[in-house]
Amino acid sequence: MGDHHHGPAKGLSRWLYTTNHKDIGTMYLWFSFAMFLLGGAFAMVIRAELFQPGMQLVEPGFFNQMTTLHGLVMVFGAIMPSFVGLANWLIPMMIGAPDMALPRMNNWSFWILPPAFLMLASTLLMEGGAPAFGWTFYAPLSTTYAPPSVTFFIFAIHILGVSSIMGSINIIATVMNMRAPGMTYMKMPLFVWTWLITAFLLVAVMPVLAGAVTMMLMDIHFGTSFFSAAGGGDPVLFQHIFWFFGHPEVYIIILPAFGVISQIIPAFSRKPLFGYASMVYATAGIAFLSFIVWAHHMYTVGMPVAGELFFMYATMLIAVPTGVKVFNWVTTMWRGAMTFETPMLFSIGFLVLFTIGGFTGLMLSIAPADFQYHDTYFVVAHFHYVMVAGAVFSMTAAVYFWLPKWTGRMYNETMGKVHFWVSFIGFNVTFFPQHFVGLAGMPRRIPDYALQFADFNMMSSIGAFIYGMSQLLFLYNVIAAIVSGEKVSDEKVWDGAEGLEWTLPSPAPYHTFETPPKLEEQPAY
Amino acid sequence: MLNARALAATALLPLAANAQNQINMSTGISEAGAVITDLGAEIYGLHMLIFWICVAIGIGVFGVMLYSIYAHRKSKGVEPSQFHEHTGVEIAWTVVPFFILVLMAVPATSTLLEVYDNDDAEMSILVTGYQWKWKYEYLDADGENIAFFSNLATSQEQIYNTDTKGENYLLEVDEPLVIPVDTKVRFLITANDVIHSWWVPEIAVKRDAIPGFINEAWTRVLAEGVYRGQCTELCGAYHGFMPVEVHVVGQGEFNDWMAAKRGAAATDAALAATELPVDELMARGEDVYNASCLACHGANGEGGLGNAIAGSTIAMGGLDPHLNVIVNGVAGTAMQAFGAQLSDIDVAAVTTFQRNAFGNNTGDVVQASDVVSYKEG
Repeated sequence: MGDHHHGPAKGLSRWLYTTNHKDIGTMYLWFSFAMFLLGGAFAMVIRAELFQPGMQLVEPGFFNQMTTLHGLVMVFGAIMPSFVGLANWLIPMMIGAPDMALPRMNNWSFWILPPAFLMLASTLLMEGGAPAFGWTFYAPLSTTYAPPSVTFFIFAIHILGVSSIMGSINIIATVMNMRAPGMTYMKMPLFVWTWLITAFLLVAVMPVLAGAVTMMLMDIHFGTSFFSAAGGGDPVLFQHIFWFFGHPEVYIIILPAFGVISQIIPAFSRKPLFGYASMVYATAGIAFLSFIVWAHHMYTVGMPVAGELFFMYATMLIAVPTGVKVFNWVTTMWRGAMTFETPMLFSIGFLVLFTIGGFTGLMLSIAPADFQYHDTYFVVAHFHYVMVAGAVFSMTAAVYFWLPKWTGRMYNETMGKVHFWVSFIGFNVTFFPQHFVGLAGMPRRIPDYALQFADFNMMSSIGAFIYGMSQLLFLYNVIAAIVSGEKVSDEKVWDGAEGLEWTLPSPAPYHTFETPPKLEEQPAY
Repeated sequence: MLNARALAATALLPLAANAQNQINMSTGISEAGAVITDLGAEIYGLHMLIFWICVAIGIGVFGVMLYSIYAHRKSKGVEPSQFHEHTGVEIAWTVVPFFILVLMAVPATSTLLEVYDNDDAEMSILVTGYQWKWKYEYLDADGENIAFFSNLATSQEQIYNTDTKGENYLLEVDEPLVIPVDTKVRFLITANDVIHSWWVPEIAVKRDAIPGFINEAWTRVLAEGVYRGQCTELCGAYHGFMPVEVHVVGQGEFNDWMAAKRGAAATDAALAATELPVDELMARGEDVYNASCLACHGANGEGGLGNAIAGSTIAMGGLDPHLNVIVNGVAGTAMQAFGAQLSDIDVAAVTTFQRNAFGNNTGDVVQASDVVSYKEG
């Protein structure tokens, strides 16, 4: 198919000028993996310093730069772009479209990312050091008391926001306008649904983040006092604005992960997803609730008790649609005929660990108990269970699942399984003990700690090194598959997989669905 | 960044042997079995209630999943069922969790209302967060407030691994907060620079200290003892080095302590009116330096986060520019205005110390009266 179209251009210009959703998806995925390794390297510095009590490797100020950049790079550089890459590759193939709706903008939304991160990383070399105020950058530590590099940080955040908004508009336009005839909304694969909702969340909240950093910029350089009480402003206002962005942001990260899991578990259970409609409604419900729970990150700032109660009740409610999701996945597995290839292993790992992260989330929602949890390692453990075991595990599962479709070659299954088990064990050795030290009273973001926390921190560091190393195995497996993996000839690489992308040849040709597919035989799921 | 000296020393020093691994939240009960605070015990109970509910749900969900993984495998030759969607089940797993949540919300609400019950306090203490120390001010009806700073007491040698770490490593201060037992104490919590957070796990009080705003919290501690905590909001480079130490003592002991504090304040005021000999100024100045300057300027004045004091043109130049830096701080840097934090006699002592220690042999002696006249311009 597509004889009348030329193939990709040769050399660097292919990647610079490309408007092809598959090329752009590939660039997003490689870029995000590079950022994952960079953010991981920062985490290794953190864990090495925390290996023992006392200051050993770095100074406290540099430690704070590491925690800050680790968070920023992982959230904005690794996890978010990886899911955008996945969306680029998969959404057109899943809905039977030839490409994304706005291909030139697609190119632009990717290519502004590398300069933004280069700028952010370059702050490490600036006088006064990189931003050291945490990825949540609370004022006035990030304004009056910030190093000069904060201005570059603000500009980087602006660019990332622009990139995300353009990417989201593209996804919304594609899903709304370019579905194959017959593919109604309630026939779209769940991955497409979760991304559509995610894109709306992004368009709603990225401008709020841009507003927050712009107000910071004004406070720093133009004498305003949005966040300074001395000039009539309010430092807590910053937190309200930040978390109005920040809470939807965590669902921006996890909803596409839900979509991935909802594709993979049915495929390896050889059984349709139990409740397609309720999954769609649960996703929409979570998205709505994400806008009215932001201040549960701020139980200790001294809100009036009525506000605390509102945010506590609203936050607890999130357990309902999240529970619906988990119950659906488990029921999908029930009485299926399961096999446990690497994508399924990572999906089950996701299911178990994300549920644990959900439980600790429920505990954190209880405001009076949160006075004891807030800003401790218990919180660190909680959000790594949902960010790493949630988002990163599902992303890994997605790469293993669709890699044969993308490249036409199979990864090494044994190595994939080893990667899973080493990741799973390494992850839990790292983060499970952090629940204990957090409950016992260890604050987060400290470079040194009291002696009663020593054993668990050492364990945590060992686990982190194991988990970090296991990602190199992943990198090797993917490259080896691309270079010399066993060729797959079937369109349907996995016998239980359903969806339009599995009707295409493997590897998927450069241009696909130039004429829309017929949908009669496609099941709703 | 790399600190090779400290790294080399790490391997040689054993950790204190009595470090214990605690894996759960403070129970609110002391080792002797006495309730520390009612609220702490209640919060612990709430925490455990939610925990066990989660465990029960987890056993259900993971049990079903594990059984399914065991029994419904293709390798066992099972044929996949194709069932999907069941309205009854779907309504049940929406409604039942909702009622479980209501069950949790009831005790959570009543505990939260208690946390917010700041009425009828018997005494009030203003807690102010500074980079990187706490200031405690006992508010007195007659305006005779007692105020002091509470600095980290752990030595730099312990932190940089050249000395054995003590039992309360990083959790010890030079001057603890002292409060009477079985007394409702109201804390007014604020900050001078960035946001801090005042937390003592065992008495279950945590509240953010926000510059320009005053938050309220309270406690009534029922068991005498020493309770330790830390700052829990990232507040800059030395966030990990500003602990909280609370001594809860009997009313009589508290009264004695308060009287001694008032006496010391009167002595300081008297000292400020006299001329001190240079060796007394130097000794006092060294103590002040170690508590307030050392973290940034180094044990030997070699600098670090702050500029070097040894050989500094400020410390060896004119007196007024030197006092200006110490009294008024340097805007836009971590150098704070110590004029508001230290007594005049302490400013005089530390200025004298800086001008004569670390090889800065200027021979200058600065008296409290010099500081007073500088401040008056």
